[in-house]
Amino acid sequence: MNSPFPQRHMKPLFVYGPATSLRLVILCVASLILMTVDHRLHLLGEVRAGLSLAVYPLHYVVDLAARVSHWAGESLSSRNTLLDQNTGLREQNLLLKGQLQKFAALETENKRLRDLLQSSLQIHERLLVAELLQVDMDPFRHQILLNKGSRDGVKTGQPLLDADGVMGQVLHVGPLTSTAVLITDPSHALPVQINRNGLRALAVGTGSFNRLDIPYISKNADVRVGDLLVTSGLGGRFPPSYPVATIVAVENQPGLSFARVSAVPAAHIERSREVLLVVTEPAPPEVTAAPPPAVSTAPSVPATPAAAAPRGATAPPAPAAPVTQPPPVAPEISPLPETEGPIE
Amino acid sequence: MSARYAGGWVITLSLVSALLLTLLPMPAAAQVYRPEWVALVVIYWCLAVPERVGVGVAWVMGILLDVISGSLLGQHALALAVVAYIALKLHRQARLFPLWQQAFMVMLLIIMEQMLNLWVQGIIGQAPRSWKYWLPALTSMLLWPWVFFLLRDLRRRYVASE
Repeated sequence: MNSPFPQRHMKPLFVYGPATSLRLVILCVASLILMTVDHRLHLLGEVRAGLSLAVYPLHYVVDLAARVSHWAGESLSSRNTLLDQNTGLREQNLLLKGQLQKFAALETENKRLRDLLQSSLQIHERLLVAELLQVDMDPFRHQILLNKGSRDGVKTGQPLLDADGVMGQVLHVGPLTSTAVLITDPSHALPVQINRNGLRALAVGTGSFNRLDIPYISKNADVRVGDLLVTSGLGGRFPPSYPVATIVAVENQPGLSFARVSAVPAAHIERSREVLLVVTEPAPPEVTAAPPPAVSTAPSVPATPAAAAPRGATAPPAPAAPVTQPPPVAPEISPLPETEGPIE
Repeated sequence: MSARYAGGWVITLSLVSALLLTLLPMPAAAQVYRPEWVALVVIYWCLAVPERVGVGVAWVMGILLDVISGSLLGQHALALAVVAYIALKLHRQARLFPLWQQAFMVMLLIIMEQMLNLWVQGIIGQAPRSWKYWLPALTSMLLWPWVFFLLRDLRRRYVASE
């Protein structure tokens, strides 16, 4: 090391040969075993987490470089631009705060009504802000790297949101970073429902950032361009009622057995820097102490309030009465034959 | 014995730089053109110092590549190990090739690496369906001369081998 011209050494005469071939065979077998275990048995989470810690310096350096260039661009931008931006943000903040006040009131009202109905839906959600590490991943798979890991309470399968809608879910978790798969990845599908009528569907990624596929929608189903798709919460991963996408095209081709429906994601999947991780917590004890409800477990299908309203009007004095009776359940199950509407 | 390990840091540094270049954010339009940096550097060292960089190093680099690219653990490792093996087998001929011919060989090696990757992704049903998947082989070929000259100069100055 101390001399740039070290003394000559004996070079091995054969650098390849039985030893190298054997090594290749062993490594190939090792790779195949690793891939099988990773893909079929999902046993390598810990190994991957450890290795992600090993490559964290690389991620950090690349992210730092991107951040510095961004910072330089920002510090060189003119004062007026910043002032304009500041004013805009202030106004937006005020607007959002105003909306939030209303929202808080609505939330308590909603909770009160649900308590009245003794509904089982008491999910408490907490949001965790994470930032994207600015590193490039495989361009053909839609994955992103986040700067929060198991140390911050991130878990595999946790949903990911941005300000406008659902973005994806966490795939691998390392101690300091985690990898998330976006809803636009071709291997990703999430259960959704149409906000207008509660029709359930799947939103499947297409590999393009601004398009989702909605397969298996029968031709006579009530689906219109402009319909908002929200999470249905049926898969158990995503909490219900978060916006996912807006339908932009419904095509009925005579040769196909299903309609071709596509949608545009609500989240700014390509552009968001900060994302929200949803931490779903079990209901607090005072709610679970309530008697086990006889109401169906189906979550808040938007058809429910309309169906429940006349019932509430007919029997206001006895809030316990609706629980024992099945009728509120019926409208929730009935959306299943949604195809009947247009047939008639 | 210490001479055998002289200049090891240059090799390590070049491999780490290749990983960094793989991660470096680029405009979305340019992402599909990103050369296979790690494969390029591994191939170079296999041709230049085959007694030091071989199948094992390639495999380890492949595992790291799998972690940073989120692919199945072992996918890139398998492909890179095979590529390194072929590069080792051909290193005597390749050293005599003119540069353009070397670049062509590198392209074939990288196409092969991509084919192995595609094979694994196809098995798990996540194969990309775009022809753009093959563009990195082309850009890697075009970049090979620069990688070659840069690493050769570094090797002549720091790494113990002739």
